Amino acid sequence: MSINAHKKDFPMLAGQPQLVYLDSGATSQTPQPVLDAMNDYYNTCNANIHRGVYQVSTEATKRYEATREKIAAFIGAQREELIFTSGATMSLNLLAYSLCSTLKQGDEVVTTLMEHHSNFVPWQQLAKQHGFTMRSIGVTPDGRLNMEEAAALISPATKIVTFTHMSNALGTINPAKELCALAHRVGAVAIVDGAQSIAHMQVDVKNMNCDFFVFSGHKMFGPKGIGCLYGKATLLKNMQPFLYGGDMISEVTTTDTCFNELPYKFEAGTPNIADAIGLGAAVDYIQSIGIKNVIQHEAVLTRYALDVLKNIPNITFYGPQNASQYAIISFNLKGIHAHDVATLLDREHIAVRAGHHCAMPFMTALGVHGTVRVSLSSYNTKEDIDKLHDALLKVQKIFK
Amino acid sequence: MDEELYREHILDHYKNPRNKGALSDYSFKHKEYNPLCGDVLELFLRVDEKNRVAETGFEGHGCAISQASASLLTEYIKGKTIDELKTLTTQDILDMLGVPINDARMKCAMLSLKTLEQGLYAFSQ
Repeated sequence: MSINAHKKDFPMLAGQPQLVYLDSGATSQTPQPVLDAMNDYYNTCNANIHRGVYQVSTEATKRYEATREKIAAFIGAQREELIFTSGATMSLNLLAYSLCSTLKQGDEVVTTLMEHHSNFVPWQQLAKQHGFTMRSIGVTPDGRLNMEEAAALISPATKIVTFTHMSNALGTINPAKELCALAHRVGAVAIVDGAQSIAHMQVDVKNMNCDFFVFSGHKMFGPKGIGCLYGKATLLKNMQPFLYGGDMISEVTTTDTCFNELPYKFEAGTPNIADAIGLGAAVDYIQSIGIKNVIQHEAVLTRYALDVLKNIPNITFYGPQNASQYAIISFNLKGIHAHDVATLLDREHIAVRAGHHCAMPFMTALGVHGTVRVSLSSYNTKEDIDKLHDALLKVQKIFK
Repeated sequence: MDEELYREHILDHYKNPRNKGALSDYSFKHKEYNPLCGDVLELFLRVDEKNRVAETGFEGHGCAISQASASLLTEYIKGKTIDELKTLTTQDILDMLGVPINDARMKCAMLSLKTLEQGLYAFSQ
């Protein structure tokens, strides 16, 4: 499949050719095969899974579990290590609640100032509850993690190191393998938030040697409301479940409960079957284009965007602006609030995000109240960037 | 482009905000946030012995709409009584702005009114 031709695979983009969608960091567009897979579940085998003895239930179970195997293989994991959740936020909360239940005063959780609120607030709040200490690795002025500070902060008191693989605000890619090694050196577990990276990088959890990896389906061409938690089986086996209910048990008496085996121990209640199947179709879609082609296309486009946009007067970029910045360009125009830029771009049918990007500690560290964020996907083109460039000049004209 | 929204008087109030700055002598102050975009507004009011607004000031940061709205409101309320302030409505703010505000920007436009209302509520307790 030619990567240049694939805008037509996305019904919303195909139906609105004037639309320049540059907010895939918030949510990616959904291709037709994903919509078809979800529809097909409801149209042909809409039954609950794991318990029906009848044929449509067996078919639904088969599709759901085949999807689990497919996604596990996509990130280099085993099927029992792949837990379906509602998304990265839910996965991180599951980890925070389950892992922090054994932490006490004197223990430390190390996160970073670069995190999305979903990988910051849970630890901060649970620290108040359990009395452990949360520490945050700082950032450099060009929006990278301060690795010297990371090495200094991660100490024998550290029990958990949790960090984003790729910043949702600036597109900075963090040295995940290195950070995981720092965590393991002191016996801590390493959690990697892959919400942004999963659509843009070849993820191999074994090679990265993370203990946990979380991501959302809707940022990788899948539907909303479905996501995953990968965890090393040895760790998951010893962890307390986060949610209790049906499907996650093997035996219940009036006084005690035996929990189900992995991965079901962490999947209480009827899961989001259709969306899981849709996410499986999204993985098929990515593989049909080829993740290497996606990466190449987006790397070229990121470089092109930086080169074109730097010609705009009074523009300030945030981020490394080199190979470690990927698929996201964050900037401000002097004297114009990011929100006003976004509103005016909208009138030109250009969709961008403006504000703090759910990363207020990061914005504070960078000394800004917010930025305009352009986030790219494989369906974006150089023409989209050219339109953005021209529209930004118009914005400046209005505010002159 | 939406020159409608960013009319000259809006941009004028954004670039040259009236009553910008904190008051050192105030009857009450109140701070509100717009969590969606990170706008912040702190409003200062000094009320005279006849319960009329004698002086106003505001601090904060935000988009042109939220800042123009604060600038316009702090102008408008001078000389009004506390009771008059309590009758202010969303429509009053929209009339002051005089530009079409869509749903996405309504929170920005109303941050000033929200701050005043919450401040008045605390002041009246």
